[in-house]
Amino acid sequence: MSLVSRHLEEAGLPTVVMGSARDIVEECGVSRFVYTDFPLGNPTGKPGDVEMQSAITGIALDLLERAWEPRTTVQTPFVWDTEANEDWRHHFMKVDDSNRDALASAGDQRRSAQEKVKAEGRGRG
Amino acid sequence: MAVDRRTHRSHVSYIDKSRNYYGAQGYPQPYQWAYNHDVPFASLNKPLSECRIGLVTTSFFERKVDKTAVAGAGAKEPYAALCDDALGGLYNKDLFWDKDNTHTEDLDTYLPINRLREFADQGRIGSLADRFYGVPTDYSHRRTSRRDAPQILEFAQEDELDAVILVPL
Repeated sequence: MSLVSRHLEEAGLPTVVMGSARDIVEECGVSRFVYTDFPLGNPTGKPGDVEMQSAITGIALDLLERAWEPRTTVQTPFVWDTEANEDWRHHFMKVDDSNRDALASAGDQRRSAQEKVKAEGRGRG
Repeated sequence: MAVDRRTHRSHVSYIDKSRNYYGAQGYPQPYQWAYNHDVPFASLNKPLSECRIGLVTTSFFERKVDKTAVAGAGAKEPYAALCDDALGGLYNKDLFWDKDNTHTEDLDTYLPINRLREFADQGRIGSLADRFYGVPTDYSHRRTSRRDAPQILEFAQEDELDAVILVPL
């Protein structure tokens, strides 16, 4: 998506990216980025929270108007869990002794499924 | 208020996480993420209150799922569709997001069509375009840059957009 933003900017069309994967967007490099420090899935606000959704979308509009140079990132003031429960950060794509064997075997299964697809001549069209 | 101290940055690094995760699944070659030093920048050429704004998502419309398909099978193309047709929600269960901690049943948490229409009603923006666009999450930089991005630009030019908001899930 960041690559698409860059293409539009190169053609003279101003853009703003709204997202929660800060490192991926900033490594690719975009003109304007509204970053919300949430689990992936709700980059424009929490479900059911219209006020928050408006605030975050409003920040994107502010950036369209006011950013004066590329790589302008604004982090919105919202936190996912007001109890400061940060488990979601560690839980997502976790790799530790509790799941290492399961991941290795999931990888083996996925590869053999892909091999099978390949052998049958299917796959990416 | 006590000073909070941490040994690691608070922001989740998805680049680090995915490298470790797929490494643990036996994929020795880490994914090569896009990196750019230089970043293009365009400015609005009219007041925001006169601008037609477009939206781009990584979500798709619900489609029949081939139960025998494995991840990565089947082509996805960029598309343009009416915002009105997205109001019932879009399909993104095949995308990479935190299904344990949240859900995507509220469209405006990942594609703020209703919120932007409210901003249009208030006069903050000129309008939200009638169409929004979808771009596939494609791990091929080449397909994204040479096929998807030019197609999205073409849609944006057809719709005479003044600015675009892109929301990767």
